[in-house]
Amino acid sequence: MQDERLVVGFDSSDDAAVYLVRDDLAAIHTVDFFPPIVDDPYAFGQIAAANSLSDVYAMGGMPNLAMNLICFPSCLDLQTVRAILEGGADKVREAGAVIAGGHSIEDSEPKYGLCVTGYAHPDDILRNDRARPGDKLVLTKPLGTGILTTAAMAELLDEQQVRDMTAVMATLNKNAQRAMMPVRPSACTDVTGFGFLGHLCELARGSGLSVVIDSKSVPVLPGVLELASEGIIPAGTYRNMDFVADEVLVDPSVPQALSDVLYDPQTSGGLLISVPEARSGELMQRLEAEGVAAALVGEVRDRGDRAVTVL
Amino acid sequence: MNKIDARGYSCPEPVLMTKQALAKGRPLTVLVDNRTAVQNITRFAQNQKLVVKCKEVGPDFELTIE
Repeated sequence: MQDERLVVGFDSSDDAAVYLVRDDLAAIHTVDFFPPIVDDPYAFGQIAAANSLSDVYAMGGMPNLAMNLICFPSCLDLQTVRAILEGGADKVREAGAVIAGGHSIEDSEPKYGLCVTGYAHPDDILRNDRARPGDKLVLTKPLGTGILTTAAMAELLDEQQVRDMTAVMATLNKNAQRAMMPVRPSACTDVTGFGFLGHLCELARGSGLSVVIDSKSVPVLPGVLELASEGIIPAGTYRNMDFVADEVLVDPSVPQALSDVLYDPQTSGGLLISVPEARSGELMQRLEAEGVAAALVGEVRDRGDRAVTVL
Repeated sequence: MNKIDARGYSCPEPVLMTKQALAKGRPLTVLVDNRTAVQNITRFAQNQKLVVKCKEVGPDFELTIE
């Protein structure tokens, strides 16, 4: 069934669904949950919540309402469950939203996440398929959390590396959203499971354009390139590579470890913002003022041979 | 010939097992059952400037590192 009020749905592989409540009010809906990727249950709750909330920020909205989704085996002690929920609740509070309830079921493996609703003016909705030729591309978090969580599971990281990785994933994209809205970006998405190049492909393909990435300017978390060259790479990275193999051209001069990281599936990754060139300087200033370590990573061009070229 | 069977292990175990076994000498043969392990072990070995050969053995893969 078609409903013309569903302005963003399945078709464009966007971050969230957008439903027009009134002509001046759009509701943004999203849901995400997954198994633990860090040992600490409170940190896991924070990361899962930040990841779920991010879809609303990526659509240009602010989250208003969240509901918990939690699965856990009956043998899991209640203190652990409570810690996961507390981590999530703290992030929802930081986002300025409220938890309105939720649902729990028994399952052999724990899982946690949120169903989130945000409201925005329809004119403020940022789709992932509205980039324009000449736009600059900005990424607001460094890459490498897939590789780091894989290394952490094999106990290859020191405590500092685990803390740094956790902090990046638990960081809300709230400040990045606040910084970008006044400059009116053309398009936005967040970098998650399909990796940086996967989400870029969606943006380029959906916009009917091509993008060129300067690999040297893409921020990467400390230690990630070394781990990649040691072959500590999750299966999802190779899956992402296969998905977009026909659409991406990586110049042979790009080191393999760096190229691998560009496909690495991210949890609670940064925003990928397509902004008119004339306002890109202002965007970078605003991001810096908000304490967001963002980088200019490439630009949008007319449609060429490939959706994405990495130099 | 140094040989390990890393079938049944998911990433990054096979590459860690390879790293350990390589410390005992070459050539090394590693048996794995998934492409992720093939690619990860190949990246690791090439980064050590070692030569890797891969052949499919039924549903599995046999990597020889020299």
